[in-house]
Amino acid sequence: MRLAATLAALAAALALQTTLTTYVRETATLDFVLIVVVYLSLTSGPTTGVVAGSVAGLVQDALSSGIMGIGALAKTLVGFAAGRVGTQFIVTAPLPRFVVFIGASVLHAVVFMGLYVLLGLREFPAPYAGVAGQAVGNAVVGVVGFQVLEWLPGFLARRRLRRPVRR
Amino acid sequence: MALADIKQRPGIVLGVAVVLHVILISTQVTTATGMPVLRTVTFGAFSEVQRLLTGAVTGVQDIWSGYVALRTVKDENEALRQQLQDLQIRLQQERALAQRTEDLRQLLELRQRAELETTAAEIIAGGASPEFRSVTIDKGTRDRLQADMAVLSPSGVVGRVILPSLRASTVQLLIDRNAAAGAILERTRAQGVVVGVGGDELRMDYVPGTADVRAGDLVITSGIDGIYPKGFVIGTVEAAERGPGTYHEIRVRPSVDFSRLEEVLVVLTAVPGRDVAEARDEP
Repeated sequence: MRLAATLAALAAALALQTTLTTYVRETATLDFVLIVVVYLSLTSGPTTGVVAGSVAGLVQDALSSGIMGIGALAKTLVGFAAGRVGTQFIVTAPLPRFVVFIGASVLHAVVFMGLYVLLGLREFPAPYAGVAGQAVGNAVVGVVGFQVLEWLPGFLARRRLRRPVRR
Repeated sequence: MALADIKQRPGIVLGVAVVLHVILISTQVTTATGMPVLRTVTFGAFSEVQRLLTGAVTGVQDIWSGYVALRTVKDENEALRQQLQDLQIRLQQERALAQRTEDLRQLLELRQRAELETTAAEIIAGGASPEFRSVTIDKGTRDRLQADMAVLSPSGVVGRVILPSLRASTVQLLIDRNAAAGAILERTRAQGVVVGVGGDELRMDYVPGTADVRAGDLVITSGIDGIYPKGFVIGTVEAAERGPGTYHEIRVRPSVDFSRLEEVLVVLTAVPGRDVAEARDEP
C-alpha cells in the first residue's frame, strides 16, 4: 500500500512536471519530482528516500536527453540526506522544512552539475542565480504542499463532523 | 525478515544504489579516447590476463607453425598469391563503384534540396527535467520517425528527434545545452556552429573574427551537420563582440518561441550529410 502510494506520488509529480511546465512558463525551473522525493524522505525515512530518488531519477533521466543515472544518483543522495535529516532532527515546522528543501535543491544541483562538469559532458557557466532561484521555488512549493497535505485530513474530518446527522 | 533488515540499514541501500548508478553512468560516458569509461576500466583490468593467455597461445602456435607445420607453407604461399590477384581486381571494381556512387549522390542531393517530405506532430508534453530542454511529440517510429531527424516550425528550426518510440518521440530543443547546429550568416555567408546555452538564447561559435557580423543578421542552417536541411531560419544576431581569441562572441535570438510551441514539422527526408555519415558507419 505504501509502495503504491509512493509510486503514485512520483508518477503524479512527473506528470505535473511534463504538463504544467508546458502551459505555465514560470514553473519550468521547478523540479516537482525532487520536491516529492524530499517529501517522501522526510515522512518515511532514508531507505524510502533512496529508493524513491533512484526510481524517480531514472525515469526522469530516461525521459530527458542526458546521461541515464546522473539525475538518479543526485536524487538518490538527496533522498538519503533528507531522510537522515528527517530522522535525526525535528522537521515539522515550516521554517526547518524550508531549509531542508533549499539544502536538498542545492545538493541536487551540486551533484548533478558537478558530475556533468567532472565527466566533461556539459558546461554550466555562472549557475548560481539559476540554482538559487530553483532552490527557493522548490522550497516554497514544497513547504506549501507539506502544509496542505497535513491540513487536508483534519479539515475533511471537521467538515464531516459538522454535517447534520440524517434521521 | 530480510526486507525489514534492509529497511533498518539505509546506508547499505544507498551504497548499492550509488554503485548501480555509477555503473549505469559509466556504460554511457566516454573517455578522451572516445571509449566508454566502463569498457576502458574493464579492458584495462583484464588486458593483462589476456596478454598472458595470448602470449602462451602464441608461443604454442609459433612452435607448431615454425617447426611442425612447415610442410604447408608452399601451398599457402600460392593460395595467398592467388588471393592477392583477386583482391587487386576487386579493388578496381570498388573504385569504379565508388565513382558511380558519388555521381548518384550528387544527383540525389540536387533532388533532395528541391523537396522535403515532412509530417506534422503535436507537442504532448514538456521536458521531464528542468535541466534539459526537450519536448515530447505524438509521432514515433510507426510514423517513420527516426533519431536525428530535424524538427521545424513555420518560424524556424526547433530541434531534433533524439528518442523515438512507437507512438511518441522526445525532441531535443535547439536551446538545450547539448544541442548544436551548423549555421551560416545569410548576409555574409560566414560559417559557424549555433549551440544552446540552456536559457532562451543561442550562441554562435567558431565565426572567424575577420568576418563581418552585425546585430540583426539572419542566421540560417548550413546543412553540414547532416541533421538540419540547409537554408532554414535559426534566428537573428542579437549582439556580436570580438572575443579574446580568434572568433566572434555572438548571441543569437531564436526565431522560434519555444514556450509557445504546439505543433511542429518533422523532416522525414534524409539530409545528405546524414546519408554520408550512415554509410561511413556501415561495414
